[in-house]
Amino acid sequence: MLVIKNLRVSIDNQEILKGIDLEVNAGEVHAIMGPNGSGKSTLASVLAGRDLYQITSGKVLYKGEDLLEKSPEERAKEGLFLGFQYPIEIPGVSMANFMRTAMNEIRKYKGLEPLTSSEFLKKMREKKDLIEISSSLTNRSVNEGFSGGEKKKNEIFQMAMFEPELAILDETDSGLDIDALRIVARGVNNMKSPLNSTIVITHYQRLLEYIVPDFVHVLYNGRIVKSGGKDLALLLEEKGYEWVRSESVNM
Amino acid sequence: MQKEQDQILNEVTSGEYKYGFYTDIEQDSLSKGLNEDVIRTISDKKGEPEFMLEFRLKAYRHWLTMKMPRWAHLNIPEIDYQDQIYYSAPKQKAKLKSLDEVDPELLETFNKLGIPLEEQKHLSGVAVDAVMDSVSVKTTFKETLAELGIIFCSFSEAVREYPDLVKQYMGSVVPYTDNFFAALNSAVFSDGSFCYIPKGVKCPMELSTYFRINAANTGQFERTLIVAEDNTYVSYLEGCTAPMRDENQLHAAIVEIVALENAEVKYATVQNWYPGNKEGKGGIYNFVTKRGICKGDNSKISWTQVETGSAITWKYPSCILRGHNTTGEFYSVAVTNNYQQADTGTKMIHIGKNSKSIIVSKGISAGRSNNSYRGLVKVLRGAENARNFSQCDSLLLGDKCGAHTFPYIESDNHTAVIEHEATTSKIGEDQIFYCNQRGISTEDAIGLIVNGYAKEVLNKLPMEFAVEAQKLLQISLEGSVG
Repeated sequence: MLVIKNLRVSIDNQEILKGIDLEVNAGEVHAIMGPNGSGKSTLASVLAGRDLYQITSGKVLYKGEDLLEKSPEERAKEGLFLGFQYPIEIPGVSMANFMRTAMNEIRKYKGLEPLTSSEFLKKMREKKDLIEISSSLTNRSVNEGFSGGEKKKNEIFQMAMFEPELAILDETDSGLDIDALRIVARGVNNMKSPLNSTIVITHYQRLLEYIVPDFVHVLYNGRIVKSGGKDLALLLEEKGYEWVRSESVNM
Repeated sequence: MQKEQDQILNEVTSGEYKYGFYTDIEQDSLSKGLNEDVIRTISDKKGEPEFMLEFRLKAYRHWLTMKMPRWAHLNIPEIDYQDQIYYSAPKQKAKLKSLDEVDPELLETFNKLGIPLEEQKHLSGVAVDAVMDSVSVKTTFKETLAELGIIFCSFSEAVREYPDLVKQYMGSVVPYTDNFFAALNSAVFSDGSFCYIPKGVKCPMELSTYFRINAANTGQFERTLIVAEDNTYVSYLEGCTAPMRDENQLHAAIVEIVALENAEVKYATVQNWYPGNKEGKGGIYNFVTKRGICKGDNSKISWTQVETGSAITWKYPSCILRGHNTTGEFYSVAVTNNYQQADTGTKMIHIGKNSKSIIVSKGISAGRSNNSYRGLVKVLRGAENARNFSQCDSLLLGDKCGAHTFPYIESDNHTAVIEHEATTSKIGEDQIFYCNQRGISTEDAIGLIVNGYAKEVLNKLPMEFAVEAQKLLQISLEGSVG
């Protein structure tokens, strides 16, 4: 699904990612953990195609093709979804209109007919129930006046609607209470299939009580310094990032 | 992405204005220049009664004493008023009895503009008065409306058939002394629409006038007069386009609305005159005086405008709230791109008690354009409990354009409550990226964001025109984020 090789990324000549290697196969859930400033969000943004960064070396293959060559919207149409850490407000544009526009763009790309109003509404109802999102939310403008928790739930709701092949969730759990956290986890777990992959980026171990990852990677100072199974998250919780720091010095 | 956006900008701004074609049709035109003989000829060609010629000549003589206004935030090149043609009409048979007699070329022109003049081709009940250059070509649904006593016809016809009504109301809201362009229009106006709603009648269909400039070197000077008697309702829509030409063309119009007791008039404009090319060459100079008077108690006038065209726009649709409990509304979206300049806004003059006004202005500037809101809220001494709320928002695309707000407030009554809110924002790259990430292209993202921003105003348009206006906004701004 996704192969990252020696990816180096800078912003304003300051290197943030210092050679990332990562392989995500179809059906897998990967968790990327790390302290603030380790480069987690940069990695997510670069994969989605944000143009604020200079890619100085490395390669990213997505479904066998060069991902970095593609525009952000092409990546989206190819099934890559980013759950934003800070979802953006678009005043005056209803959630429903926004999603329908986007979904029909993706369908057009795939050579499918646009969704009719009733098909779209039906799908929206199904996914709303799944995510337990209040029905008024979809009538409101995109993220406008949403609480922090609503914004995050709204990202998961969109993920459920778009049914991406690769979902990257950038700190979707931060600032959520336990109930919201469960909803986010349910969204991710529901999507899980042998054909889909998820990368969960998180600062805390707590989300991983609800989403069980196949692999855990620790990102520290622009490098993946440790990879392992779900036990690694527990170890990390116990010993803290200080432990990683001392470990990484030895690398 | 930056590069890509620049490229899109280039591609699209060099794209063609959709309505820029020219109809090759024989014209009956006067030669260039303006003097009393020209005015007499226009009046004569229209077979006008004496009072009309008198009015024109008075206006002309007054105009000669006036200077072009320079107070707007506009850079207006010198205009040589002797270098314009003041009357030009497509040649056709003198009197039309049925549509069969309308030149097929003219029908085709309006078909191409999406304004079919055959009544059976109309999807919804919209009656149209189609004006090309100096004359009205055809007014649809005239007979249907006449059954209700509604008069909807060209201005020339009104002058001939209903001289008393014209005499009573013409110039009563915008006198020829009002301003330089109003005086010029009053002297040389050639056609336009007239609409009269008799007492107690709610007009069952949208009325609309479509203005088309076709001939070269010709100015268009039309006037519209709408009179709504007691307890009436009418919704009116105006659209306009012009061919692409390298030289600038002059458009100076007058719209007058009179609303009597309990009357409600909605007037919407989708202004899409040729805006000039990407270097700022050509385009229409649009100097328009639009004003309505809420003369009777409980009357209401609402202006909605979507301004996307013209090289220069100078326009302030206004309301005189003379009756008690009257309401004036102004909803505006003004878009400027490339080298376009707009100075537009409104005047709300509160005279009656408990009069209310609402102003919602949304400016959108792109390219190297300049977009100004200019508005006056004036409360006279007798206007007890007058209320005004104004909201003026500006949206900037790119960093070479300008947005300006000039609100004027004058209140002579301490019970008046006047509120003014203003914001300026830029379309954020993060907003565009958010749309991109969901699969929406940058072009479409801008359209989506701009339409969201202008939604409050677009919602005021009649349904089918709102969709058109949405598309128009998107086309006017395509690729303008760089």
